[in-house]
Amino acid sequence: MSATHPTSRPVPAATTALSRMAALARAELTLLGRTRGALVAALFVPLVLPVSTSQASQEMDLAEAGLDTGTLVLPAAVGFSLLFAVYSVLVGTFVVRREELVLKRLRTGEVRDVEILAGSALPAVLTGLAQCLLLAAGCALLLDMSAPSAPHLAVLGLLSGLVMCAALAAVTASFTRTGESAQVTPMPLMLVSMLGSGMFFPLELLPDRVASVCALLPLTPVVTLVRGGWTGDLSANETLGAVATAVAWIVVSVFAVRRWFRWEPRR
Amino acid sequence: METYGHEHVIQVTDLRRVYGGGFEAVRGISFSVRRGEIFALLGTNGAGKTSTVELLEGLAAPADGRVRVLGHDPYTERSLVRPRTGVMLQEGGFPSELTVAETARMWAGCVSGARPPAEVLALVGLESKARTRVKQLSGGQRRRLDLALALLGDPEVLFLDEPTTGLDAEGRRDTRELVSALRDGGTTVLLTTHYLEEAENLADRLAIMHEGRFATTGTPAEVTATEPSRISFELPDGYFAGDLPPLGELGVAGHHTDGRMIRLSTHEPQRTATGLLMWAAQARVELRRLDVRSASLEEAFLRIAKEVSAERTRGTSTKEYAA
Repeated sequence: MSATHPTSRPVPAATTALSRMAALARAELTLLGRTRGALVAALFVPLVLPVSTSQASQEMDLAEAGLDTGTLVLPAAVGFSLLFAVYSVLVGTFVVRREELVLKRLRTGEVRDVEILAGSALPAVLTGLAQCLLLAAGCALLLDMSAPSAPHLAVLGLLSGLVMCAALAAVTASFTRTGESAQVTPMPLMLVSMLGSGMFFPLELLPDRVASVCALLPLTPVVTLVRGGWTGDLSANETLGAVATAVAWIVVSVFAVRRWFRWEPRR
Repeated sequence: METYGHEHVIQVTDLRRVYGGGFEAVRGISFSVRRGEIFALLGTNGAGKTSTVELLEGLAAPADGRVRVLGHDPYTERSLVRPRTGVMLQEGGFPSELTVAETARMWAGCVSGARPPAEVLALVGLESKARTRVKQLSGGQRRRLDLALALLGDPEVLFLDEPTTGLDAEGRRDTRELVSALRDGGTTVLLTTHYLEEAENLADRLAIMHEGRFATTGTPAEVTATEPSRISFELPDGYFAGDLPPLGELGVAGHHTDGRMIRLSTHEPQRTATGLLMWAAQARVELRRLDVRSASLEEAFLRIAKEVSAERTRGTSTKEYAA
């Protein structure tokens, strides 16, 4: 057995952060394709829920809030996609990889901690991105919407939403012990976001005090920015407030992950 | 700065590890491993072997003391050390739904200068399992996959935590041959094992750990040198233990009777055996089931475990008196 060649060791082709993350992402994409249940939930629920939002909107006085069915449903669809295809899937991914000791094993190698999390998150994030674009196109067509009047805001909202949901998933995974509990621990944020971040009904229809609390929820700035991208009636102050809220959630999540994320199962 | 030719590739000084709950798993150990040497850590379960290895791998920071691997701190200088080490954890660490080949490809993408995945799979005899999902592998096959991945980057230093646990006899032999071939090629190996004869045959030096400390350390010969040899035989019919020649004069250090079996321990096995055989020849009897064996690691290991349980018993009885 010729196992090593220690004397004439050639300078090895060093890996880069990108090549390492790509290797992890490729494996994780294969795994995503093999977990049917998670995949179905991730791909189809965000396609179905906007329909119920759209039906509910028939009974609302949207005009009072300066909205129509399209500008209510499209941002909601983006929110559903972020919650189901990105956030909830990634909580499961992080927890299961930890339970399988994959994270611990990866940490013995050259991959840095942030690369492990980012590389593993990439397939779900890209799935979410593709789904959001598809949903936006679908809504625009079916609901006969005009072109977005401030597309940069919509892009900003979508990208910050993707990063935020991946980071929040890692935070949730920090406090989730097993793969089974990972089915439950994403629920609170998902429910709160659906009810309080303007996905089923616009915050404008809520009492002012409740609405101002809801504005601080993590997905509210995402929905606000995407909606503003279409309506174009977001003031500079409102835009700044939404961006600041989104950034704050991302910063807090990253801090929480660095502080509390567990790389090994509790024994 | 490749100045270490024969120098110490692993250097450990007064190493301590304390877990969150306050449990002190490693209580001040010091040792070093030279390039191209196999160093084995032995010990009972919970002796602190894995806790020690994890500090050397850089998975955790020590509570106190110093670790240097290839001249660097494996925890704070991770990026300098990791490309040159290979690690096999005590337990798996692979996504169960990936195939063997997919797992190896993923790892190869994370290792600088990785060898072709097929090559390392062949090295551990897993080439026929390339398309099998990890969850369908046997425990032994998983160990071999783990070893293959540890070898992907042609590491200068290998950390193997129980590399042969779960393998059948043939698999253990293959792994040992592979590890000693790696050592002959200049790889430095630190391993833990439950198999004493494995450490005895494979390791250049070893340490027996107990409760976070080194109970003894040295070459296998040095560690067993202080242990007595064992002689056992069955008393011939019609004879009693008292009929044997005075055991002290034969150099016997200890003896006990087990039914008709006599078991002796001696530091002078040749003198004791000669005396016994001459007595048997003169008495014209046969010493059935005669067995003479020089000390092995097992004796050293059992003695340490026994001293410990004696200490424990004393510890508890003192407490009882106090109460």
